[in-house]
Parts: sequence; structure tokens; C-alpha cells
Amino acid sequence: MTGTPAIRVEGLRQAFAAGGREVVALAGIDLEVADGEFACLLGPSGCGKSTLLNAVAGFLRPTAGRVLVRGREVAAPGPDRAMVFQEYALFPWMTVAENVAFGLEMKGLGPAQVRREVGAWLEKLHLADFADRFPKDLSGGMRQRVAIARVLAVDPPVLLMDEPFGALDALTRRNLQDELARIWAGTGKTVLFVTHGIEESLYLADRVVAMTYRPGTVKRIVPVALPRPRDPSSPEFNALKKELTALVMEEQARHERDELGGPGR
Amino acid sequence: MAPLPGRLARAIAVPLLVVVAWELACRAGVFSPLVLPSPWQVLRRWVAYASPLAPRDPAAEGLLSWLASGELWQDAAGSLERVLGGFAIGAALALPLGLLMGARPSVHELMDPLLQVLRPIPPIAFIPLAILWFGLGNPPAFFLIALGAFFPVLVNTVAGVRNVDAIYLRAARNLGAGELTVFRRVMLPSAMPYILAGMRIGMGVAFIVVIVAEMTAVNRGLGYRILEAREYFWSDKIIAGMISIGLLGLAIDALMGRLQSRLLRWRRGIEG
Repeated sequence: MTGTPAIRVEGLRQAFAAGGREVVALAGIDLEVADGEFACLLGPSGCGKSTLLNAVAGFLRPTAGRVLVRGREVAAPGPDRAMVFQEYALFPWMTVAENVAFGLEMKGLGPAQVRREVGAWLEKLHLADFADRFPKDLSGGMRQRVAIARVLAVDPPVLLMDEPFGALDALTRRNLQDELARIWAGTGKTVLFVTHGIEESLYLADRVVAMTYRPGTVKRIVPVALPRPRDPSSPEFNALKKELTALVMEEQARHERDELGGPGR
Repeated sequence: MAPLPGRLARAIAVPLLVVVAWELACRAGVFSPLVLPSPWQVLRRWVAYASPLAPRDPAAEGLLSWLASGELWQDAAGSLERVLGGFAIGAALALPLGLLMGARPSVHELMDPLLQVLRPIPPIAFIPLAILWFGLGNPPAFFLIALGAFFPVLVNTVAGVRNVDAIYLRAARNLGAGELTVFRRVMLPSAMPYILAGMRIGMGVAFIVVIVAEMTAVNRGLGYRILEAREYFWSDKIIAGMISIGLLGLAIDALMGRLQSRLLRWRRGIEG
């Protein structure tokens, strides 16, 4: 399916009523993500990057415009666009193995096959020893591993990740970034990854989509043509980091003006 | 935590002191035995209450059924039957209705006003009607107990379903779960802590109601026995009956507590 992009967003607009006022989260987003591409949505909080992700996931109906995933218009959530949430969203009443099995059971796999798949994914994410634990007994990093295993187990062509490593400490984050990059390289999945971390986006993405602060639009798309695994200390990496930092800081400044209610308003 | 013998000593210190003071006061003649019998007298009455009424005839009955033929066991079994039966009816009605009201705002809108009007009426106020509608014996007792257990279970179930974190619903739908699966595997377990808390409260209410019901509509059971003892000024038997009710309620609540921590061992702060 080389012709069809994995994700195609056409003139997407998302507006919400908030306190009697209309807040435009996204205004006229046009975006294409190629099959097998790793794309990051980057911007300060309030730029609508999570809203865009939720629209692709099918949690939101577009106010205007549409979202196509592999040529089909998105109308509802579905396992072809499995999502990893920042808050992990593991089912606390299920063990690690049961959480990973959930999506497989929804696909209608038989018990033996579910068990085999769960075992393989727990192995792959170094969770085999924790199969019978409940999420409450795991650290944040381990929980996010489970959430990633749960999503990868259903083998979605498109993977949506909403600041998945945002709540983790720096070392755990780097660890999981490496692991994600490794797994992604072996699967050829399309990834749409939301972050406010400039370095994180450069470390992971083929293309970084920098967004504007409210209303959210695409400010600039920065291709990252660096060899993997990436070296954050290389001059090329840092040149891109400088460029992106300038873009993001502009929007951050608008965000702060907006929050403080400066004289411009 | 302190070692077990120390904790045990502290736990029984105050009750023991109260009983000793009570006994001494009675021996000193502070109270008339008719008004407040001594603990020793209560204990003797309790043993008599628990003992078989007739000597055992080995040809006619086994040892166990003879031991259980004492009034106390018969009364306790009667009360327990009513509590469990009434509770089962009340909870079986409240649970599906609560789940439906929690999950469907339209059902909630429809049912809530009526239920809010009925809820503050104590079940005991229904006694005259219950006797009118169901006559005497077990049926009105079942009705009153079911009514008493119904509202705590209902209210908690509704709250439980309404408090399900939306992120779990999103995650489940995202992984391909349909409405029924979301309900069965996400809403229900997520609401379970509330539902079980409601059931525990409902069981407590059932115990209150059973005693009152037995005092009015039934001629067996712990509540009936207390009232009967009052007719004869058997204060010691009244107290023996009260203590029996307390022990029975404590046992059931402890069992429900065990069940609760077993079912909710996935929760933070509850060790399984």
C-alpha cells in the first residue's frame, strides 16, 4: 500500500465549548504520515497535540474536516490504531498477563493462542517475572512497559502514543525510548507520538511536526534524516535541536502571554 | 505493630474492666436484678438458652441435632435465614437496577426521583403495610429486610458505575471491546469496591430490620425472643439475646470483610 498514507488528516478542526466560550483546539490541520513512518507531534501544552491524537484514535468527532487511516475514514475507536496513554490506563483489577491478554481476547483468539502471544510479549518487554502481579505493585516504567506490550500484542498497523514517557524519570525514559526504537525498527509500524520533549522527538522520529499554540496548527515539519541509533551529542543532532527549540520557544512565549493575560489581549 | 499478646491484652482490657465493675455493682446490690442482672446471671441464662430443652433420646436423634435443638440455635437460624433471604432479594433487585442507572443516564433520570422520595422512609415505617400485604411470618420480614438492604446497595452501585474513570473505557474501546464487554469487564470490576461497600452497609441495615420485624410479625427468632423475655421480666434473657445478635452480626460482617479484601486484592492499600 505504498500509495496510501497510513494517516491522512484533511482540514481538521476541533472546537469545544468551555465556560460559554468556544475554544478552538485545532484549526485546519492538514497532515500525512507515511506507512511505516515514525512521526512526532511536538508543541507546548495547550497546542492541541493530544486532541489531534484523540481524533486519529476516534475518541473525538471532528468539528470539521476528516481523518483517514489507511484510506478509511475514522468514525470510532479501534484496535487498528491502538493507543498508549500517559497515565498507562492499565486495568488495575487485572494482572499484568490479563491486561496484555485483553486486546487479544477482543480479537477473538483462542485461550491457547492468547497465552502464547502474552508470553512472547511479556518476554520481549522483560516482564515475564511480573505476569501475575497487579499494576499497583509495579513502578511507573514497568507499568508503561505493560501498556506497550498490551498494545503491541494486538499488532496494530498504527500506534498512537500520548506522551507515554512524560511521567517517568530520565533514566527510565531513555531506556524505554531505546526499547521502543528497537521494537519499532523490527515491525515497520506507523507511529504517531505526542511529546513536549524536543530531544525525545529528535531521538525517535523520522519527522517532527511542530505545532502552534492555540489554535493548534502545523507550524513546521522538520525531517530528521539522522542515522539510528541516534547520538544526542552529535553536532547534527544539536543543530536540529537548536532549530526546533527556537520554534517551540516562540509558541511557549505565546502560551505564557496568553496565560498571564498580557496587554496584547 | 506491637506483638500479638500485648495487642490482645489491650483489646480486652476495657471490656473486662466494664464487666468486672458491672458484676461488682450487682453483687453490692446497686441495681435490682430485674433492672440489670449481673454478668454471671446473664451467662448462666445464656447457657440455659443455648442448651437443649429435653434430655437426649439416642434412639430418636443424633448428637448434633440434639445439641442444636436449644432455643438459641433455633432462634439464630431463624433470624439468619430471614437476613440472608431478605438481603438476597434486596441486593438481587438493587444490583441490576443500579448498574443500569449508572450506565444509562436516561434510566437514571427516569428512576431517580421516585427512588429519592422512597429512600428516606425507614423500612420500619413499612411494618403496618407489610403485615397488611403479606400477613404474618416470614413474608413480611423478607419484604422489610429486602427493602432495608435495597437502597444502600443501589446507591453505591450507581455511584460506583458513575465513577468509573473514563480512561479505562477509552482504553477498552481502543483495544476493540464492544459495549457489553466494556460493561462486563471494565465497568463492573471498576465499580466493585463501591458495590461491596454498599452490600456491607446493606447487611448491617438488614440486621437492624430483622430484629424489628421479628418483634412485630414473627414468633421465632432472636428479636421475638427478646420481646418474649420482656413479657416475663427476664432481663437476663433479654441481654443474652442482645449479645447473641451482636455476635451473629459481627461474624457476618467479618466474613464480608474477608470477602471484600479477597475480591479487591488488586487495590492499593489492601493486602491480600
